[in-house]
Amino acid sequence: MFKKFTPSTDIAGQTPPKSSVQRSIRAAVLQQWKIGPETLEEIWPKKETLIHVKCREHISIYSVQSVPLFFQHFDGPFYPTLRLLHQYPSILPKVGIDRGAIRFLLAGAPMMCPGLTSAGGYLPPSEEALPKGTAVAVHAEGKEHAVGIGITELSTEDMRKLNKDVAVEVVTHLGDDLWALQTL
Amino acid sequence: MSSSDQQEPQAVRPLEVLYCQICTFPPEYCEFGSSLTRCKEWLQGAHSQLFDKYYSDEALQSKIGTLSLEAQAKLEKDSAKKEAKAEAKADAALKKKMASQVSIKRIERNKRKHVTAIHGLEAFDIELKKAAKFLAQKFATGASVTKNAQGQDEIVVQGDVSDDVLELIEGGAGPLKGVPADNVVIIEEKKKKAVE
Ligand SMILES: [Zn+2]
Repeated sequence: MFKKFTPSTDIAGQTPPKSSVQRSIRAAVLQQWKIGPETLEEIWPKKETLIHVKCREHISIYSVQSVPLFFQHFDGPFYPTLRLLHQYPSILPKVGIDRGAIRFLLAGAPMMCPGLTSAGGYLPPSEEALPKGTAVAVHAEGKEHAVGIGITELSTEDMRKLNKDVAVEVVTHLGDDLWALQTL
Repeated sequence: MSSSDQQEPQAVRPLEVLYCQICTFPPEYCEFGSSLTRCKEWLQGAHSQLFDKYYSDEALQSKIGTLSLEAQAKLEKDSAKKEAKAEAKADAALKKKMASQVSIKRIERNKRKHVTAIHGLEAFDIELKKAAKFLAQKFATGASVTKNAQGQDEIVVQGDVSDDVLELIEGGAGPLKGVPADNVVIIEEKKKKAVE
């Protein structure tokens, strides 16, 4: 999503949404992430204005005090930025890729099922299965911090069952152009 | 995790994550970047314990994990290639930078009025908007970033301030840092007799 993203040409404008819209964004984030209102208050205090950074191809980045905190594609789920996820690793459910898949992910490739179902990969147990379309933290074999953030293209149960094709579409990863954008 | 009725009113503390000063990744991912040699040098100097954690013989053995030895060897080879490529690219970028020129042009608007157009600062990683603001304050005049006839961005300052701008750039004042004096030229543009 942030391949060849150039702030000077790909950002259309920065505006603060109406306060009613800000409230509904806050509610949506609280509902979508595993996060309490107190923690969200630390990240995005109510007295701080959220800025909507409108980008090309219906990407919206939201920032507080010039720091990008989360983003959205069309009206899809809200994804934290990878730096925010590193600070609060439990806000998204986890999947894991094996070591061999890391360099493909870092090149922007989608993650195929075998990268997650192999011995070095990780999928949540059946009782915590994730449906298709879930925003996930993508961790990597032998690493402490997430390497990227993605959205499931299959339910995690189907990833195991089918074990082929795209499992997770990667929306942001270490070293992409959103990672490079530390302030806006 | 047992679910209890007790609400946790306290905020979760953010994790403090160390990032590599060279490649910006968490150090555990430096091996996938394009500057591993410099990353390792930095980590060894700044956080020697972490360096041992990631690069000791045991760490190097265990991190291979489920990857086959051939795949690991390929990864290392790719990493070295990437690094060489990145260095060559950085060299080329530096050369290009050193060859590019900043021009300060005095433009006559009418008999008495001049503006000063400064072109090419962005090649030296100077933020044009910040620089324009700085110049406006410095000279208590108007300054803006506009597109020239060729569609390139330049800074236009009201008034003839070309010599002062040259001095500021040479002195590396404020946001105007990083332009070698040899790369700056002053050009004077006479207004052609207007056909009215
Ligand atoms: Zn590094």
